[in-house]
Amino acid sequence: MTRSSHFSFERLRGIIAKEFTQMRRDRLTFAMMLGIPLLQLVLFGFAINSDPRHLPAAVLFADSGPQVRTFLQAMKNTTYYKFVREVKSVQEGRELLARGEVQFLINIPQNFTRDLLRGDRPAVLIEADATDPSATGLALGSLNAQLDSAFRNDFKGPLEYLGRTPGPIDLRVHAQYNPESNTQFNIVPGLMGVILTMTMIMITGLAITREKERGTMENLLSMPTRPSEVLIGKIAPYILIGYVQVGVILGAARFIFHVPMHGSIPLLLAVALVFIAANLAMGITFSTVAKNQLQAMQMTFFVFLPSILLSGFMFPFRGMPSWAQTVGEFLPLTHFLRIVRGILLKGNGLHEIIPDLWPIALFALVMLTIGIKRYRQTLD
Amino acid sequence: MSDDLAIDVRGMTKRFGGRAVVDDISLQVKAGEIYGFLGPNGSGKTTFIRMLCGLLRPDAGSGTCLQLDVITQSEEIKRHVGYMTQKFSFWEDLSIQENLDFVARMYGVKQRKDVVRNSIERLGLAGRERQLAGQLSGGWKQRLALAACLLHQPKLLLLDEPTAGVDPKARRDFWEHIHQLADEGLTFLITTHYMDEAERCHRLAYIAYGKLLAHGTVADVINHVGLTTWAVTGPDLIKLAAQLRGQPGIPQAVAFGAALHVSGDDQPALENAIAPHRHPPFTWSQIPSGLEDVFIHLMDSSKDNFKP
Ligand SMILES: Nc1ncnc2c1ncn2[C@@H]1O[C@H](COP(=O)(O)OP(=O)(O)O)[C@@H](O)[C@H]1O
Ligand SMILES: [Mg+2]
Repeated sequence: MTRSSHFSFERLRGIIAKEFTQMRRDRLTFAMMLGIPLLQLVLFGFAINSDPRHLPAAVLFADSGPQVRTFLQAMKNTTYYKFVREVKSVQEGRELLARGEVQFLINIPQNFTRDLLRGDRPAVLIEADATDPSATGLALGSLNAQLDSAFRNDFKGPLEYLGRTPGPIDLRVHAQYNPESNTQFNIVPGLMGVILTMTMIMITGLAITREKERGTMENLLSMPTRPSEVLIGKIAPYILIGYVQVGVILGAARFIFHVPMHGSIPLLLAVALVFIAANLAMGITFSTVAKNQLQAMQMTFFVFLPSILLSGFMFPFRGMPSWAQTVGEFLPLTHFLRIVRGILLKGNGLHEIIPDLWPIALFALVMLTIGIKRYRQTLD
Repeated sequence: MSDDLAIDVRGMTKRFGGRAVVDDISLQVKAGEIYGFLGPNGSGKTTFIRMLCGLLRPDAGSGTCLQLDVITQSEEIKRHVGYMTQKFSFWEDLSIQENLDFVARMYGVKQRKDVVRNSIERLGLAGRERQLAGQLSGGWKQRLALAACLLHQPKLLLLDEPTAGVDPKARRDFWEHIHQLADEGLTFLITTHYMDEAERCHRLAYIAYGKLLAHGTVADVINHVGLTTWAVTGPDLIKLAAQLRGQPGIPQAVAFGAALHVSGDDQPALENAIAPHRHPPFTWSQIPSGLEDVFIHLMDSSKDNFKP
């Protein structure tokens, strides 16, 4: 075709500069971009107490030797448990769990004392209501350590051999209702993905529809601009906003919530770029399809809700039915959550995250292509 | 196809929802000409202009704009045409300077900074270039829009109702500017509703309901329609107009200031119809038909033709 159909970096720079200036002047949007992460952090991080203590527990005694008391004292010492009931049967205990009256049911088996003293490691079953996993995770985690030290005190002299690892008691935890226990550490890194998904799609979703509604689109189209220049130019400034959000969340994760950071932060930042691009591309594509800003907003929520529900942010991914998992696999957020949690909590490197990285990159590419194809160069 | 035609299109047609909004319009505009484009609201002027600069795809028709094919070379056409939209379409949240700078960048203008600065000075906006475009008054917005259209030194300017809502002084300045630019070789296609502006055009076309009804110089258009017009003065002209309207041979009776213009294209029938009223207190005189009489006549008769 003609010369003008070539991509021009000069025009791209012009569009980026324009978008930047407009973004700077649009105080409300700008404030929202920073306000949303802060608000979500407060809601998910503080208002929702993810380290609750003195949780109600019921006990079923089938034995009542002195060591049972040591065991219960150790539980109390963790400060996570509060014994509210003694139950007579497993049946009764499960009903309390189901009704939510207790968070835990502790099942002390027959012959607990005898087996303990023989060194047979009696099995104590703790059934936990893990509907809200953050409520139970820490309680269970702290118990083992307390038990070890409590029994070490008990087993002085001839019984000392009992205090050795692997521990005198075989603690079996049965998390009811929610087998994969998320903890708070899951939530804050996950928030990074959720916030980026929501704000990035929304902001670019409005990008083209705003020009249409204000009538400036006609002007833009009458100039020799290419669709790729307009779309990329409109996306680029928001990458910076995305990074500001990432910074805010990482900072809060580190200094306020003390989320462990085992992996490489530069790697995480690099992955974030791909993820931000994927969401921006999705937003800009919506923008080319939507007739007005309201439609663009509706489309944003159409993606945002499944993203939040099916990505493994709200509910454990493996706990979902397989159709939901299939849908989840198509959402960039699903993969990003795995990567963020993997890098921060497990110390994963590039090698481990590749299987989740390429789907995000592919998604970004496909979305941008659709956007460029869909972008109308006429007013028809 | 002649070399000195800036616009040469035939059979241009655009339908929206099955309705032909622009219906088989052919138009030739010579290079360096100021061509007026007139017609009532909704007659398809904006749609026609949008097809010329590649913003709408015609359903039928072909031709050239600056010797470039309107169907296949719209990208190239955009580079050499300046289009001023009917509604102000610059970015109201950008300053004057930023708007001009952006436009210059989109067209790849060389020595952009200088060009923009000169443009601001010529606009008489030096010192105010940081003001947001949205804060400008109607007249200033129009001047900014024109300045922006000229940055890339287009050869053809398509101006869609550039003077709507602009005060008379600003309109006069605007037209002086247009004539200056035309002398320098620019071609203009300008839509307007003002008769005085129509008369300042070298040639003009009149369209209604998507159809081209008349075109040529002002004299051509008036002669072509062949209208007879009588002016009548006297008391209670409104009542007289009501009596005259609807009589055979009197398609139109329109008040112009203190006089009533009674026109028709069938001279004997018209004179028969007014004969009963040609006595005092009314004073009658035949006058040459003006452009406005002609346009009202064209619009009224086309309305009849297009009524379902
Ligand atoms: N994008 C569109 N979709 C549907 N109808 C349209 C569109 N643009 C214009 N029209 C209709 O086409 C007719 C001509 O409009 P327009 O070209 O703006 O007329 P003018 O500029 O002469 O006032 C009007 O009836 C208008 O409603
Ligand atoms: Mg119009």
